[in-house]
Amino acid sequence: MKERAGGDVQNVLIVGVGGQGVLLASEILAEAALRSGFTVKKSEVHGMAQRGGVVSSHVRFGRVVFSPLIKRKEADVILAFEEAEALRWLPFLSPKGFLIVNRQRISSPLVTLGLAHYPKDIPSALSSLGNRYMGVDAFPLALEMGDPRLVNSIMLGTLSSLLSIPLTSWKRTLQKKLPERLRDLNQLAFERGRQSWPPQGRARKGLPRPDPRRLAEES
Amino acid sequence: MKVLLSGNEAVARGAYEAGVRVAAGYPGTPSTEILESIAEYPEIYAEWSPNEKVAFDVAAGGSMAGARSLVAMKHVGVNVAADSLMTFSYTGVRGGFVLISADDPGLHSSQNEQDNRYYAKLAQVPMLEPADSQEAKDFTRLGLGLSERFDTPVLLRLTTRISHSKGPVSLGRRKEHLPGGFVKEPSKFVMVPGYARARHPIVLARLNGLRRLAERSRLNRIEWGDRKVGIVSAGISYEYAKELLPSASFLKLGISYPLPARLLADFANQVKRILVIEELEPFLEEELRGLGIDAEGKAFFPQVGELNPDLVEEGLRKAGILGRGRSREKREKLEPVFPRPPVLCPGCPHMGIMQALKELKVTVAGDIGCYTLAALPPVQTLDTCIAMGSSIGNALGIEKALQSRSFRKKVAAVIGDSTFIHGGIPALLDVAYNKGQVMVILVDNRTTAMTGGQDHPGTGITLKGEQSSRLDLVRLCRALGIERVRELDPYDLEEARAILREEFDSPLPSVVITNRPCVLLKREKKRTVYSVDEMVCTGCRLCLQLGCPALAWEEAARGAKRGTARIEATCNACGLCAQICRKKAIRSEERA
Repeated sequence: MKERAGGDVQNVLIVGVGGQGVLLASEILAEAALRSGFTVKKSEVHGMAQRGGVVSSHVRFGRVVFSPLIKRKEADVILAFEEAEALRWLPFLSPKGFLIVNRQRISSPLVTLGLAHYPKDIPSALSSLGNRYMGVDAFPLALEMGDPRLVNSIMLGTLSSLLSIPLTSWKRTLQKKLPERLRDLNQLAFERGRQSWPPQGRARKGLPRPDPRRLAEES
Repeated sequence: MKVLLSGNEAVARGAYEAGVRVAAGYPGTPSTEILESIAEYPEIYAEWSPNEKVAFDVAAGGSMAGARSLVAMKHVGVNVAADSLMTFSYTGVRGGFVLISADDPGLHSSQNEQDNRYYAKLAQVPMLEPADSQEAKDFTRLGLGLSERFDTPVLLRLTTRISHSKGPVSLGRRKEHLPGGFVKEPSKFVMVPGYARARHPIVLARLNGLRRLAERSRLNRIEWGDRKVGIVSAGISYEYAKELLPSASFLKLGISYPLPARLLADFANQVKRILVIEELEPFLEEELRGLGIDAEGKAFFPQVGELNPDLVEEGLRKAGILGRGRSREKREKLEPVFPRPPVLCPGCPHMGIMQALKELKVTVAGDIGCYTLAALPPVQTLDTCIAMGSSIGNALGIEKALQSRSFRKKVAAVIGDSTFIHGGIPALLDVAYNKGQVMVILVDNRTTAMTGGQDHPGTGITLKGEQSSRLDLVRLCRALGIERVRELDPYDLEEARAILREEFDSPLPSVVITNRPCVLLKREKKRTVYSVDEMVCTGCRLCLQLGCPALAWEEAARGAKRGTARIEATCNACGLCAQICRKKAIRSEERA
C-alpha cells in the first residue's frame, strides 16, 4: 500500500520559544483557514509554554485532514520565530518547502551557564535551501513600528503570501483575534510582512499551489 | 456553523449542550481548560476542588441528586479519585456522570505516563475515546446518556494530543435536564458490605449489557477497504493510521471498553492480518488476544512515549505493510541544537528560597509545581518528586529511617500552596502527631502556577471568580499541631538564610511560609532597574547559579580579559542577584 490521504493538505509548522506568540500566530492561521472554507487541525502542547521552553504548533488545512501532526519532511512552510529553533525543526521541512525565519536569537540558561552552546552561523547553515529560505528582521521592524509584539503580525504577513488563504480571511481573523486598540497597527505590520515576500529578485518557483476556487473568491 | 475548538473546549461544550449542571475538577495539564471553559457557562455550577477525590465526590453527589454531572482531571488525578471511583461503580448514578481522564503519553508535563484505560477495566465501567474535537463534544453528550441508560459512571479518556489539538466542531443548543432530587435508596447508595455485596453482580450484568451495546453502537465502526490488513485503533492513533493507510480496512473503536467480541471476530475473519495501533500499553492488543484473535501491535509500535505519524509509519514499515520508502536520501548533517528545558521565570520568588535552602546542604524532599524545576541545573536543591503532597511524608520517612544514627533535624520538605492544600495537609498532621522534626518550606505564591494560575482555597477566589473565605495557612498549620510557623520574604536573602538556620537548628518540627506572589499574577510597572557594572564584575558567574533567565553571559570582548554577567530586559527587579554578588557589581537605579 502506498497512497496517502489528503494530498491537497497544506502543512504549516510555527516554532519559537515560550512567550514569543507562537500560539497566537497559529491560532490566527487556523481561524483564517477555517474562514476560507478549509477543514483545519492544529496541534501544540501547552503547559510549559510560559517557562521558556520550545514551542511548536502544527497547522494542517485542506479538504480532509486526519492527523493533527505534520510528518517529518512534509511541512510546506516552517515559520520560525527564532534562529536556533529554525535549525531544530528543519528536518520537518519538505524538500520543496519554504523556511521563513525571524532573525532573532534567544539564548537559554544552559547556554548562559556554559553547559551548551548556541549554534554558530545559522544563516549559512540554512543557505543551502537557496531561495526557499528567507530571513526577516521582524524584531527591529516591530520596535521601529512601536511595539515588539508586532513581530507576530509581521511574520504572519510574510507567511500569508505563500498560502492559498484569501487576504480577506486573514484580515477578518486579525480583526477578530486582536484587541481593538491594537488592530490598526497590527494590520499595518501584517502588510509590511506580506510585502516582504517574494524577496527581491527571487522567483516564486515551487510555491504551494493555491486553490483557484479560493482565489476566485478573493477577487 | 463550525468553530475551532480544542478537545478540552469541545468537552466543555458537550457538557453544556447535554444539560450538565454540576462540574468539578482540580487543575492538571492537559485537563485544565475543561473546567476553565465550563466555568464560562452560567447554567453550570463549576468548581475547582481542593483535589481530584473531592472533585469526584462533588460530581458524584450532583449525580445522586439527579443532575447531569462531570468531573475532569489529568491521568494521575484519577489515582487520587480512584477510591471513590471504585465504589461509585457499584452504586451507579441517578443523573448522567462522566469522569474525564486526560492522559499524558510522552510526559509533556507529568511525573509518569500511566495508561488510564486500565481504570475502565478495573472499575468495570464503560470507556469512550474520542479521536478529534467533534468526537470529544459528541462523546461527552453520548457518555452522559449511556451513564443514565446503564446506571454507571462513564470514563471519557482523552490524551494530550486530543485535549490540546483544535478542529472544527458544529455547535448545538443546550437541552436542560432538570434533576429529580435525591431519592432515598440505601441499598443503592449506602455501600456497607451487606448492600455492596448485592451490587457486584449488578455491575457484572451491566457490563454484559454494555458489551451487547458495543456490538451495535455506531461509535464502533468498520471502514472497509483493502482486506490484506485490518487495523484496530481508537483515539489519536486512529487519525495517524488513517492518514498513512487511507485505503486499508479499519475497525475504529469509540467505545474501547468493554469490547465488541463478535464485531471484532467478524472483522478479523475478513482480513488477512489484524494490526492494533495504540499509544502506550498493549491494552487493546491483549484484550483481542483474550478473545482469541491473533492480533499484532507492540511488536512494531513503541510502548513508550507518544505516537506520531512518523512513528506509526516506521511501525507499518516494520510490519511490512508499507514499503521501505526512500531511505536512500542522504541525511544532511545538521548541527545539534541545545535543549531548552523549562525554567523558572525572571524574578520568580522560588529562586531566593531555593538558594538559601541549597546553602544549608540538607536533603530536600520536593513536590509537584514550578518549584520542581529547582531540581535541575543550576539550582539542584530538590532531591525527590513523586506525587502531589508526597514531599512531607517522604521527608518524615527519611528522617525516621536515619534517626538511630544520632540524626538531628536534617530533612526539609518543599511544597507549594495549591499542592499543600491538595495532598500535604494530612502529611503535615502526621509530622506533628508522630513527633517528626521535618522543616516544611511552604512556597506560597498564591496560585496554582504551573498549570497557568488557577485559584484555590488559599486565594479565596472561586473558579467562577467570586470572593469566598480564604484559607489561613498559618492558623491551619498551628491547628494541625505545628508550633513553629513563620513567614519570610523570599526576596530578602539575608532574612531567609537566618530564619531557615534557626528553624533548622530547632528540635521541633516547623513550617516556613514564603510570602511573595507568583510574578505572572500581576505585572506591576517596575520602577527599579538593575544592571551589571562591567568594571566591577569579575566574571565569577556566581549570580548565574540562581537560575534566573534574565541573567545572561557576555563573552569577553576583544581586548578584555573575561566575560561579564548581563541583565536582560525581561528582569522583574527582584534584586536577588544583587544580594548574591560578592563584589557588589549588580546595582539598582530608581526610575522616575
